[in-house]
Amino acid sequence: MRLVQGRLSRILVWIALIVAAFMTSFPLLYAISASLMSQADFNAGAVLPTWPLDFSNYVDAFGKFPLLHYLLNTLIMSLIVMVALLITCSMAAFAFTFIRFRGRGVLFGVMLSTLMIPWEATIIVNFQTVRDLNWLNTFQGLTVPSLASAFGIFLLRQAFRTLPHELFEASQIDGASRFRFFVSMVVPLSRPMLATLAVYTFINTWNKYLWPLLVTTDDRVRTVQIGLRSMQGEATTQWPMVMAATVMVMAATTIVLVLGQRQLKAGLAAGAVKG
Amino acid sequence: MTAVDTKARRARSTGRAQPPHESPERRRLRRRREWRNLLSGLAYLSPVLVIFAVFLFYPAIKAGWLSFFNTNVRGLPTVFAGLGNYIATLTSDGFRQSLVATVSFAVMVVPTTMAIALCLAVLANEKLRGMAFFRTVYALPLAISAAAAAVVWRLIFHPSQGILNAFLGIFGISPVGWVTDPNVALISVSLTTIWMHLGFTFIVLLGGMQSLPTELYESASLDGAGRWRQLRNITVPLLSPVLFFVSIVLVIDSFQSFGQIDILTQGGPAGATNLIVYEIYQNAFVHRQVGYASAQTVILFLIVVVLSAVQFRFGERKVHYQ
Repeated sequence: MRLVQGRLSRILVWIALIVAAFMTSFPLLYAISASLMSQADFNAGAVLPTWPLDFSNYVDAFGKFPLLHYLLNTLIMSLIVMVALLITCSMAAFAFTFIRFRGRGVLFGVMLSTLMIPWEATIIVNFQTVRDLNWLNTFQGLTVPSLASAFGIFLLRQAFRTLPHELFEASQIDGASRFRFFVSMVVPLSRPMLATLAVYTFINTWNKYLWPLLVTTDDRVRTVQIGLRSMQGEATTQWPMVMAATVMVMAATTIVLVLGQRQLKAGLAAGAVKG
Repeated sequence: MTAVDTKARRARSTGRAQPPHESPERRRLRRRREWRNLLSGLAYLSPVLVIFAVFLFYPAIKAGWLSFFNTNVRGLPTVFAGLGNYIATLTSDGFRQSLVATVSFAVMVVPTTMAIALCLAVLANEKLRGMAFFRTVYALPLAISAAAAAVVWRLIFHPSQGILNAFLGIFGISPVGWVTDPNVALISVSLTTIWMHLGFTFIVLLGGMQSLPTELYESASLDGAGRWRQLRNITVPLLSPVLFFVSIVLVIDSFQSFGQIDILTQGGPAGATNLIVYEIYQNAFVHRQVGYASAQTVILFLIVVVLSAVQFRFGERKVHYQ
């Protein structure tokens, strides 16, 4: 459908685009604006910061709170989950696409059925498991329970199935082992979908809230989302500083989204349209 | 691999039975190959199977088991309670209120999010200069965490310093207790959640729209169909599988919302925003009634399963598949 059918409609569409962009990004702009105000300006009800911009809130957020430590913890957690999930899911998707074995259909059904189990229905027992393993306040406690994803397997299987089967036969004629075929053909040829899953997993893991809240009882591996929670609870009146910390929390995933949005869109659309 | 082998595999792949005159030697070879395939298949699957078994199936089953017991402070079963926890849950005012709040929340969030995201996708589907910029901006909420979004919206909703009340003040409207008034708090949490889901919904709908055939629109506009009719009679019906997918994801997401509530309202005021996962969290980890909370997770699980099933059966009839 084309909305633009002439000069007037072009201008109207432009106006609509700009208004919509302002509305959707307003909370972000507001956060950035408040993070650059002095406390006095903020208390006086300012909407925009005054020149010169006041970056002391960022200094305070990093100085008075272990914000950098939280950010690093979150980065480590997100990278572990992203890399490990790509490995486990691509192995599983490979088995579901290229290895014919008895019970494969049943196992795939079981795998898809996990999409029906809400993660929240498992947290009580998972918390007990992690506690009994002495994994509270460790990276393994944060990451291991989320190292498999039915959605990821499904997405990669979609991509692997588009590879021509002759490729597999040819590699077998060459005497290549199954594992070599997997590593040197399937994985490189499926890079776009792997990138989709990587972007999606990184953002999701970085933004996790309930699980890190449960398994980090002290600062050792606490993630930045939980750090933000305690910060806004403690510094109840220092909104500009809290906003500075919030902007830092949002920055990482925003950069990943801007860089990876092409992959993300292709993958999510494939999941929705073909799935 | 020999030609015979390939043929045998082809036969299996088309679902035909093995030839009855297979020689014992060949059958032995086939059996060995099947065993090898089974073992290597399981080997490739083993990491995900272990994780699913330990952190998904075991806890799901164990939660069902725990729901029949009273538990101690460490969450270990002490006394068999039968259906006690379920009866207590279903007769408690708190749980009923939580269920009503969750359903109203989903009713407010899902259609609104889809309507706004559809408008954004229609706009962003135009071919204009600088469109890449607008698409990125519309997708941005996708990257923002529940915690960060909720902290920003908490400031927007702030009774004295928030911009929303300041804006209303221009028109002489007295300040609203966005997160402190029991009649308004759920709306405020919904607004926050709608914004949080906009990016994801937009990106999926735009992807769906871009895969629609353009010829239909060309012939429709030759027939004199206006933009509104094209949207209603072509875009929405053709997009229905995608709309259907998004609606399921959004409904299930609504039933699992937690972070924004923990930061904005802690379930208050007077339980007005005590959505079901927050209620479970409170019972399990604050009041330490694990058996009781487990019964509630079982109920949540059943609700999600029934919702998916109902939505699937109801939705499928209205969905247009290409």
